[in-house]
Amino acid sequence: MGSFKGLDFLHIDDLLSEEEIMVRTMTRDFVSDAVMPVIEDAYENAYFPRDLIGQVGELGMLGANLPEKYGCAGLGPVAYGLICQELERGDSGLRSFVSVQGSLAMWPIFAYGTEEQKMKWLPGMAKGELIGCFGLTEPDHGSDPGGMITRAKKDGNEWVLNGAKMWITNGTIADVAVVWAQTDDKIQGFLVEKGMKGFTAPEQKRKFSLRASVTSELVFDDVRVPEANRLPGVAGLKGPLGCLTQARYGIAWGGIGAAMACFDEALQYTKGREQFGKPLAGFQLMQQNFAEMLTEITKAQLVAWRLGKLKEDGKIRPQHVSFAKRNNIKMALDVARTCRDMLGANGITAEYQAMRHMCNLESVYTYEGTHNIHTLILGQDVTGIAAFG
Amino acid sequence: MNIVVCIKRVPATDSRIKIGADGTSIDPAQIEWIISPYDEFAVEAALQMKEAAGGGEVTILTLGPAESTKELRTCLAMGADKAVLLKDADASSRDATATAALLAEAIGDLNADLVLCGKQAIDRDQGQVGTLLAAKLGLPCVTEIRKLEITDGKANVERAGEDGTSETYNVALPAVLTCTKGLNEPRYASLKGIMMAKKKPIDERDVSAADGALQLASLELPPPRRDGRIVGEGVEAVPELVRLLREEAKVL
Repeated sequence: MGSFKGLDFLHIDDLLSEEEIMVRTMTRDFVSDAVMPVIEDAYENAYFPRDLIGQVGELGMLGANLPEKYGCAGLGPVAYGLICQELERGDSGLRSFVSVQGSLAMWPIFAYGTEEQKMKWLPGMAKGELIGCFGLTEPDHGSDPGGMITRAKKDGNEWVLNGAKMWITNGTIADVAVVWAQTDDKIQGFLVEKGMKGFTAPEQKRKFSLRASVTSELVFDDVRVPEANRLPGVAGLKGPLGCLTQARYGIAWGGIGAAMACFDEALQYTKGREQFGKPLAGFQLMQQNFAEMLTEITKAQLVAWRLGKLKEDGKIRPQHVSFAKRNNIKMALDVARTCRDMLGANGITAEYQAMRHMCNLESVYTYEGTHNIHTLILGQDVTGIAAFG
Repeated sequence: MNIVVCIKRVPATDSRIKIGADGTSIDPAQIEWIISPYDEFAVEAALQMKEAAGGGEVTILTLGPAESTKELRTCLAMGADKAVLLKDADASSRDATATAALLAEAIGDLNADLVLCGKQAIDRDQGQVGTLLAAKLGLPCVTEIRKLEITDGKANVERAGEDGTSETYNVALPAVLTCTKGLNEPRYASLKGIMMAKKKPIDERDVSAADGALQLASLELPPPRRDGRIVGEGVEAVPELVRLLREEAKVL
């Protein structure tokens, strides 16, 4: 297989700044050099390649859109999106690590935390020396997080946490968990630190998807959390939902990367493999697939770019992000499935990427708001009538 | 210490080259441009020396079309301090002598203690500019270095000699050194570096050169690779294969 070639059919690069292109080039080179050689083994043997943490930290990819004051790079939304795209070209697990660290752990500390909390956590998290995770989903409450049963009760200058969270990326390796819990009157966020008595984070095994990523349960058994670890800047479900909007923004870009990886692989494969005396790429059914995928990837690129500009201009609404996440991840999953098929029997092996991306994208389709939930968010936006529950 | 690094914008190694309409240049459409990889070793070496010394200035110099700001900006994002672009729309048709003369003129103003180049640019592979530049500047030159240290105002450099030997030289500065693989692993431009790069200066100067003594007369693509040939099957085919490798392909 030759080196990865991105897709830019409609010259969308002309819409990007020199700096944005430089960010993409650097991330693409990094993924080719440092991620591709290790990712297949990590996926097959189900471990997160932790050596990459320091590298992505050093390059500034953790919380890349947060201000320099906290040791971050201060990137604009499009550049940040391009990082997610390129990382997911490598693997959705690595992009998930970066999304959770940056958007779900660092961002709430930045947006809802005190200055002390920011200075304590953000610089180390930007370097990858400290890992964060985000606890919202529970075993019995996924799409309806408002029904959460994890409780925080005030006791003097401390809060006592009881409950459990599930499907938590980075949980087992995290130094700090941003945990959302029901207090007497509202949902609030707490920074639960590794080693706090009664806090455990066992890893969830036996996944067929996101195998190169740590997924965990968080268990709180009378965990005493100081008042200083409460995030004072937000109350209610809008706290965690605000974080999810940040993460989903990056995911909408990420899907394009996974789709381009599969497209590029299928193109190289079908041009190289001959059946009936000519390259597979010369057959009409293959070309129809390429035409469809080219169209859908290009449309997704325009959606992501426009979303970035809306974010840059401060006009973005969570519904815009739902639109992009829903469209782009469905697109990526469809492309991965099509490419898996185009590679024939080889498509089911670890030697090729299509099936790894395809299995990963099954998770991405479901997490951070399932495809169906985003459908209902858009339905509500159009009709004004909520169809949840 | 002031270090000047000369770089060149070249087509990426996996570009599919087409000959331009004039028959002597490559068609720039659809080409992805990169910093010539040997020049990246030179940039990295300069940055490492600046970091080791805890000071100094790294200037990146190139002769090329206006678009070369992209490659210069990448070097600035890696950590170089400033850049000079000698803007020449016809840069690709300059011969090595003319290129070296223009670079030497610019280096004259930069007060360089050390000039680093890649051992060759991967487009033409002539490997002449570094040595010609040293001659123009009247400076000592060591080519294809794979180790570099600066001690007591001298450069200690190692290069591969004949038959696998290693040659080590002590070179008085200023000097021109050309860099090869093995010298270092060039770093990525970090995101912070990219953000800082836009504030660093690129001095763009228009230059023109007299026609060089060399004129490229024609440029042709290699002939398409011929299909493989099956000479037989199994052990019986080995003698014939060996004969062909020896007599026809002349590789044994």
